[in-house]
Amino acid sequence: MAFEGLTERLQNAMKKIRGKGKVTDADLRETMREIRLALLEADVNFDVVKNFVKTVRDRASGTKVLEGLNPAQQIVKIVDEELTKTMGEEAVPLNKSDKIPTIIMMSGLQGAGKTTTVGKLANKLKTDEKARPLMIAADIYRPAAIDQLVQVGEQIDVPVFEMGTDVNPVEIVRKGLEKAAEDHNDYVFIDTAGRLQIDEQLMQELSDIKELAHPDEILLVIDAMTGQNAVATAEGFDKKLDITGVVLTKLDGDTRGGAALSIRAATGKPIKFVGQGEKMADLDVFHPDRMASRILGM
Amino acid sequence: ANFRHVDEAFFDDLEEALIESDVGFETAMKISDSLREEVKIQNAKRPQDVQNVVIEKLVDIYEEAGKNENNQIEFAPEGPTIILFVGVNGVGKTTTIGKMAAMYKKQGKKVLLAAADTFRAGAIQQLNEWAVRDGVDIVKHKEGGDPAAVVFDGVKKAKADNYDVLFVDTAGRLQNKVNLMNELSKMKKIITREIPEAPHEVLLVLDATTGQNALNQAKLFKESTDVTGIILTKLDGTARGGIVLPIRNELHLPVKFVGLGEQVDDLRPFKPQDFVYGLFKGLIEA
Ligand SMILES: Nc1nc2c(ncn2[C@@H]2O[C@H](COP(=O)(O)OP(=O)(O)OP(=O)(O)O)[C@@H](O)[C@H]2O)c(=O)[nH]1
Ligand SMILES: Nc1nc2c(ncn2[C@@H]2O[C@H](COP(=O)(O)OP(=O)(O)OP(=O)(O)O)[C@@H](O)[C@H]2O)c(=O)[nH]1
Ligand SMILES: [K+]
Ligand SMILES: [Mg+2]
Ligand SMILES: [Mg+2]
Repeated sequence: MAFEGLTERLQNAMKKIRGKGKVTDADLRETMREIRLALLEADVNFDVVKNFVKTVRDRASGTKVLEGLNPAQQIVKIVDEELTKTMGEEAVPLNKSDKIPTIIMMSGLQGAGKTTTVGKLANKLKTDEKARPLMIAADIYRPAAIDQLVQVGEQIDVPVFEMGTDVNPVEIVRKGLEKAAEDHNDYVFIDTAGRLQIDEQLMQELSDIKELAHPDEILLVIDAMTGQNAVATAEGFDKKLDITGVVLTKLDGDTRGGAALSIRAATGKPIKFVGQGEKMADLDVFHPDRMASRILGM
Repeated sequence: ANFRHVDEAFFDDLEEALIESDVGFETAMKISDSLREEVKIQNAKRPQDVQNVVIEKLVDIYEEAGKNENNQIEFAPEGPTIILFVGVNGVGKTTTIGKMAAMYKKQGKKVLLAAADTFRAGAIQQLNEWAVRDGVDIVKHKEGGDPAAVVFDGVKKAKADNYDVLFVDTAGRLQNKVNLMNELSKMKKIITREIPEAPHEVLLVLDATTGQNALNQAKLFKESTDVTGIILTKLDGTARGGIVLPIRNELHLPVKFVGLGEQVDDLRPFKPQDFVYGLFKGLIEA
């Protein structure tokens, strides 16, 4: 994409400044403007950008960076550090229950990648821990959602619990959990239908499932290409469900992925995994520092 | 702020609303500059007048980028009309086909679907379920089969059995995956080999929640498949799809339909006025 990285942007801005030998307030403002633009072009939410830039400005003006040898690089470093800090610094693993099963419930907008991510996570646990997961098909709305999960199950050799599309999702989950108890599954995944965070009826359905299942992990799945709306989405799901973590999908594309910063700033909840492709192995642990560099175009 | 005080703060808010609609920074600034001018020229002061000026001007800006463009679906003068659907993963291609197929069926057309997404789990069943719901025919192969072969069979059947419209569903793919984009070009070539004027439409499906990356999507899909129009889905959510403005300015692609939900009737012809209004709805209601 034609977007310039932050480093280039700041270096260009600083070239103008450096000729004069002294950094003025106006120069600092110009620098902050470049940071603001770079973040907006990366799809970071407008309000999040505002607050973030303020943090960076306070830190930059409090130190002597602008008088140093390479102010552009120093400011990039501050931005990079602050971004990483905002996004959580360290990778956060999946929650695990003391006694089996650990219950993981999915949530998110339509088409975000929930069903695919269920398969990827189950597959990962199978490989890493020799886990014996069960996947519950609780999306009764989207055409062939159950077929999709069943096929995913076949691909990774993990059983799927389904009751067709005529049973209430809450009831499906109840029966699914009974089945998991019988079979001593150590992980249970609940695949849910995509929904808008403003759809009260369907959001209530998720609350009901939560109430019944007491999930150890409620994952919000968000498409990395999401724009300004990422905050509204994340807040909507978090308010209703008190999510425990986020999965950012489709990072194998060429998006900057500013949504990551927006979500984190809006909810404070950790991004735990990133989707890097359509195949079952295409799942990685989230690394805040890498994500920061990506957003900044470095 | 609202239209009661048309001052600098108002234009700041307007810029903010546009950016929050995913219009992008540059486009937001350009628009707000020309709106400032227009409000001055028309000497609009009352809130209602300003509101009208802003909407009118925005529609103008929208339409300027699309002189001579066709926002209708192009039908073949005779023989089957072939419509190819392309786009990144999960945007709503298959669902939109389900909706459009029902619409044309209702109009009395003979409709055929081709399930050329042989890759994603459950994709064939999903399209098949739409075919059953809509009461239209479908050409499908086995999961994991060659999508080009499905396309070939679809076009052949559409010709042989006198279908009016063939919808070709393809697997979602990210625009930076060169191999997958080449596969798509190949499918398109197969269609053209069978019917020289076809595909009559190549519709790029964009998810309204997408940010600035949608511009890249439009560019690269246009390069590989010569996209003729856009379908903007998921406008029933809180996202506004503002990225359509820079896409039009740069690529001149018309939006033909918008998706407003998951049900068969949740498809509407694109109306610039409604769209533009949606871009800064919050500002007016405040
Ligand atoms: N390239 C890429 N595609 C992905 C990734 N994760 C999911 N997908 C694709 O995105 C599309 C949607 O994925 P699903 O898993 O069906 O999404 P969902 O959230 O379950 O969708 P609904 O159930 O309809 O709400 C499919 O084409 C997936 O193959 C990813 O990390 N990278
Ligand atoms: N709210 C809303 N949901 C939609 C709309 N259009 C499609 N969806 C939903 O979005 C999800 C993905 O739709 P699909 O039609 O499977 O998307 P696709 O582009 O075919 O996906 P892949 O084939 O996996 O790339 C499904 O849950 C649809 O029901 C819309 O206009 N509004
Ligand atoms: K999406
Ligand atoms: Mg799903
Ligand atoms: Mg599809």
